[in-house]
Amino acid sequence: MLPLTALLIFGLAIGFSILARGRAVQVSAGKLASLHSRPAYHGLYSFLWVLIVGLVVLIVLSVGWRLWLDAQLMADIRAALPDAPIIEHDLILNDAKAISDGTLASRTGEVRTSIAAAYGSGNTLRVWVSVALAIASAVGVGFVTLAKISPDWRARNRSENIIQVILWFSATIAILTTVGIVLSLIFETLTFFNQIGWRVDKFLYGTRWSPLSGVQEGVIDGDKVGALPLFTGTLLITVIAMLVAVPIGLFAAIYLSDFAGPRVRAWAKPMLEILAGIPTVVYGFFAAITVAPFIRGSGEALGLSVASESALAAGVVMGIMIIPFISSLSDDVINAVPQSLRDGSYGLGATKAETIRQVVLPAALPGIVSAVLLGVSRAVGETMIVVMAAGQGANFTANPLEAVTTVTVQIVMLITGDTDAKTAAGPAFTLGFTLFCVTLILNMIALSVVRKYREMYD
Amino acid sequence: MDSMTNMRMSEASIEARDIKMSTKGVDVFYGDTHAIKDVTVDILDNTVTAFIGPSGCGKSTFLRCLNRMNDTIEVCRVTGDIRLDGEDIYASRVDPVQLRARVGMVFQKPNPFPKSIYDNIAYGPKIHGLVGNKAELDEVVEQSLRRAAIWNEVKDRLDQPGTGLSGGQQQRLCIARAIATAPEVLLMDEPCSALDPIATAQIEELIDELRADFSVVIVTHSMQQAARVSQKTAFFHLGDLVEYNDTNHIFTNPDDQRTQDYITGRFG
Repeated sequence: MLPLTALLIFGLAIGFSILARGRAVQVSAGKLASLHSRPAYHGLYSFLWVLIVGLVVLIVLSVGWRLWLDAQLMADIRAALPDAPIIEHDLILNDAKAISDGTLASRTGEVRTSIAAAYGSGNTLRVWVSVALAIASAVGVGFVTLAKISPDWRARNRSENIIQVILWFSATIAILTTVGIVLSLIFETLTFFNQIGWRVDKFLYGTRWSPLSGVQEGVIDGDKVGALPLFTGTLLITVIAMLVAVPIGLFAAIYLSDFAGPRVRAWAKPMLEILAGIPTVVYGFFAAITVAPFIRGSGEALGLSVASESALAAGVVMGIMIIPFISSLSDDVINAVPQSLRDGSYGLGATKAETIRQVVLPAALPGIVSAVLLGVSRAVGETMIVVMAAGQGANFTANPLEAVTTVTVQIVMLITGDTDAKTAAGPAFTLGFTLFCVTLILNMIALSVVRKYREMYD
Repeated sequence: MDSMTNMRMSEASIEARDIKMSTKGVDVFYGDTHAIKDVTVDILDNTVTAFIGPSGCGKSTFLRCLNRMNDTIEVCRVTGDIRLDGEDIYASRVDPVQLRARVGMVFQKPNPFPKSIYDNIAYGPKIHGLVGNKAELDEVVEQSLRRAAIWNEVKDRLDQPGTGLSGGQQQRLCIARAIATAPEVLLMDEPCSALDPIATAQIEELIDELRADFSVVIVTHSMQQAARVSQKTAFFHLGDLVEYNDTNHIFTNPDDQRTQDYITGRFG
């Protein structure tokens, strides 16, 4: 019913915009130039007002009424069953709604039936009143905007103002969402630290990670939430990935920008970028099924003991995944180095190698650094490859041939496990917050490096 | 009176000078375009030679043949005979890299490297191994900056980026950079076209001083500039070398009608 009304309001808005255009043409009396605003702007003005007023009334009324209704019903339930726990109250309300909607309820009973009846009538009233008022206000506003149309009416400036407000609103939503996520991360992190008695050091420097092994008793054991193995595991895999990705990506970029002919470049660059389009889950099972056994096999041939899931396998495949990021971004910045700098170097009798090493790369360095740091952010945040190829054991080791685990993998394990979400949330949010801080710092460094050196060539 | 004597002396000495670079029957093709047609010019030592002509006449292209800068352009093809001290610079055993160390180049737009002023100058001497130690390098840097008449302006900020200088300073920095590799010939591709009149005057003065040590070839759009700084002038038109003679001769009594028309401003 409500979605249908939203659609109807949209239709009304279009209708009024057409009417407004027609009216604008009519008041101009054949001389369109006498209008301050073109007819299209009069149409836009009506369209925006009808749509916004209709939708806002609909949403505010229906949502607000719903909250009020729920509060009323809860009060009734509490009055009927004062002794039952709060969770029981919630359950009764849900069942009552289910009974009223005709879906399956967990239980039926006298209280539930009476609440269901109250809910049914209240809800019907809510929906109908919301719909009626929304449509009425939309139509009303539509006619008001029509009445205002005159040659002097500044519909263009006014609709531009409305659009500016919409743009501001969108930007605000994006920012507020980010702020909300960060705040909830911080809040949950603080709750978790409170649970382990503010022993932040145990989380940061402890070496034993099995946070869920004590939760049957409902307590989190501060001695079992040492995340150091996760940090070192993440670091190990990231380092391996960057050791693969940075040289290969950078050399590929240098080849593409300074050595490859236009024809090679035309197909080689898109080919490289296809690598970036492969879903990470595909890389993951490629790592687990192909690369890990290969590394294990060659390691054993050399007499090394290699775990079947190793940091090396995950790191190498992750590095391959990151190559296109680094090569593509670096290629762009290397290409952006002006030809005049290259000419200047060649003109002094420098070889191509000297020119690239001493003139082109230093000039492109800020861009390359930010490309690498973005690659690191990707590596730190990557999950699928590590889940599949590096294992889940929280080993505190620097040996790339052993299984390790990372921060992201452990978040997945905590959230998808069959433990109570509320208990697992603490460690998961805290890990997430740590990860967020690290990537934030990396991105900030990348941005400031770029900003610091950018003005040098303009 | 004094300047008259000087002029006569320099006129006389031109004839006595050696041929530094000689070109014979040079043709340049950009893909299918025939950009330079059968050009024969002798560049004298210790002389400023100006290439003038309307836009697109091929003077820059020809200049870039003299140190094989055209090699970096894929579609460009050069035929004919170009010699430096009698040696064919397009011979297969000549390394363009070594050639460019002997025939330096200054470009139209100042293009200092995004390095410090010091490193900009030190770049050439370092890559060519011209200096043995830091003290010698310091010496070369100072000498080059002095000869490019910019030492006094930058001596206190050698560690600051060369890109932070003004346009005229940047161009003198680029000239200093070219001098630092101790070339024998200095090619200048419209070195003043991006500069204001004062900076231009400084560069012109500098070019005149550089003549004492180098053979200078300058491409310019400005006929006044050619008349001011050069002793020999070559007039290019549509890829042809129309006329090549002493600057005085070209500007006072040209042999060719097209030269006459160009320098009197009938076209160009």
